[in-house]
Amino acid sequence: MAKTLADARANVRHGGERPVTRKRVPWGAWALRINALLTYIFLYAPIVILVLFSFNAAKFGTRWTGWTSQWYRDLWQSEKLQAAAWTSIKVASISTLIATAIGTLAALALSKTRWRGRRAFDSAMYLPVIIPDIVLAVALLGFFTLSFRGLQSWLGLNLQLGLSTVIIAHVAFNISYVTVVVRASLANFDQRLEEAAADLGAAPWQIFWRIKLPLILPGILGGALLAFTLSLDDFVVTFFARGPGVNTLTTEVYGRIKRYVSPEINAISTVMLVLSMVLVVLSLFMQRRQSSRTV
Amino acid sequence: MLRSRQEQRRAWWQASPAAIWLGLFFLAPLALIVLYSLQSRANDGTVLWTWTWANYAQLMRDSAFWRTLWLSIWIAVVVTAITLVISYPLAYFIATRPRRWRIVLLFGIMIPFWTNFLVRIYAWKVLLGNAGVINQLLEGLGMQPLNLINSRLAVILALIYGELPYMVLPLYAALERFDHTQMEAAYDLGANHWRAFRRVMLPQTMAGITAGAILVFIPTVGTFAVSDILGGTEGFMIGNLLDLHFRTTPNWPYGSAISMIFMLMLLGAIWLYFRVTKEVPDGENPG
Repeated sequence: MAKTLADARANVRHGGERPVTRKRVPWGAWALRINALLTYIFLYAPIVILVLFSFNAAKFGTRWTGWTSQWYRDLWQSEKLQAAAWTSIKVASISTLIATAIGTLAALALSKTRWRGRRAFDSAMYLPVIIPDIVLAVALLGFFTLSFRGLQSWLGLNLQLGLSTVIIAHVAFNISYVTVVVRASLANFDQRLEEAAADLGAAPWQIFWRIKLPLILPGILGGALLAFTLSLDDFVVTFFARGPGVNTLTTEVYGRIKRYVSPEINAISTVMLVLSMVLVVLSLFMQRRQSSRTV
Repeated sequence: MLRSRQEQRRAWWQASPAAIWLGLFFLAPLALIVLYSLQSRANDGTVLWTWTWANYAQLMRDSAFWRTLWLSIWIAVVVTAITLVISYPLAYFIATRPRRWRIVLLFGIMIPFWTNFLVRIYAWKVLLGNAGVINQLLEGLGMQPLNLINSRLAVILALIYGELPYMVLPLYAALERFDHTQMEAAYDLGANHWRAFRRVMLPQTMAGITAGAILVFIPTVGTFAVSDILGGTEGFMIGNLLDLHFRTTPNWPYGSAISMIFMLMLLGAIWLYFRVTKEVPDGENPG
């Protein structure tokens, strides 16, 4: 509702469907078009070439020798890659669930204006956006190593870097992103609905589950989707926080990318590309359905 | 009174899981880096718990470190500047299209942004490699092959490629909100293009520029994977130095001291940026 109002206002301001640029600078409009065209070519040429060469028959180098789908068949049979893909999905799903729950609660807390510690909490939530991931990655490596050694000597617990440390690390950088997205949808939430429900005798838990949650659900899903993609996309933090033998798709692919260029890697990349596009289309579809319901 | 205390308690309860998780797995590790940086390295590569300033003293004299830090900042500034120069007109172009086109054009920016970033880096390796697509083309045209990979150029290109959407999206948000009829008003009042842009459009889209610049600068200056895959020795950046001291030849105390200086420099740069950009509109001479 608020979004449609904002869109309507934007339409009025921009003169409806009519673009507002006037022919003030004779070459200006052309310069803008050429800049846009070149940028889109710059964005897409590498991807197109990558996909094209995943069908190249030559095993080495980038000389074109003919079409083949052999590299995809090889992929299908590579157990290592499939295991890595499963690990990625597992890590992303679990860390998304945890981060979404924690991040949503944090957003709810931040939507209340006056409580002690709010400012400190708010600025701490922005740290993961400001601190580069390599710094977090080495810090987590140091932290896990030291605390596991401590737990070993004090309590006799034998903990190791492994899959769980990767999941913990992913949750740590994902909470903030979930909170940012959920906060945005909470900002659009009409407080009066809550008051009206309370006046009509609803209990706080009823207000939350029956009124607030359904209305901010698209925001929560958006946050979860962002967390899921960030987790799938992450390489640096995983690389440092993982235990020996733990490989997600990114760490597995990294080892190969670093060493050589081969059509197999092109094929893996193409599959990853298609998968992320499916995710994007899915999220857009969900948003579209949501907005058509609220309008 | 009772209600507000109840509210307070509920807010704490809701904030506590995030506070605990971030405290334990974000702030504590960062704090540990401070402690590590004051220790020394044992002969077997582990950490020796003896309090010392030696790492910082050594860092001050370590010209390789300063060169690496300087190179990282230089690359990040170049990448941020180039993405800004490309993205501002692009975002303006998108924001002034009819509504239906805006969605298509934005979607076009988002697709590469959603593909895995290792895939994006790898695409540049395919293009720039010694036997890569560009060199094959040059050879086909009868020209000498170029040494493109393992260079600063390769790192800068791939970083611009990867970070461009982070610049375009906030700029688009700012330019879409901007009331473009104000430019007409400025022209009617006799301003030329440059003046109207500088006095009307630029100040009102400054928030977008700031957001974009920070979103691009931070991952760029701290990059590890891009320079690791495409940079070679020429593009060795601070992220690679951290990797070296934490993984390849472990010297965690020294690596921690590097992290500390790097983080302080970054926070300082952000602080400086906010100070400088805040003063641009005010400090401008009228007339």
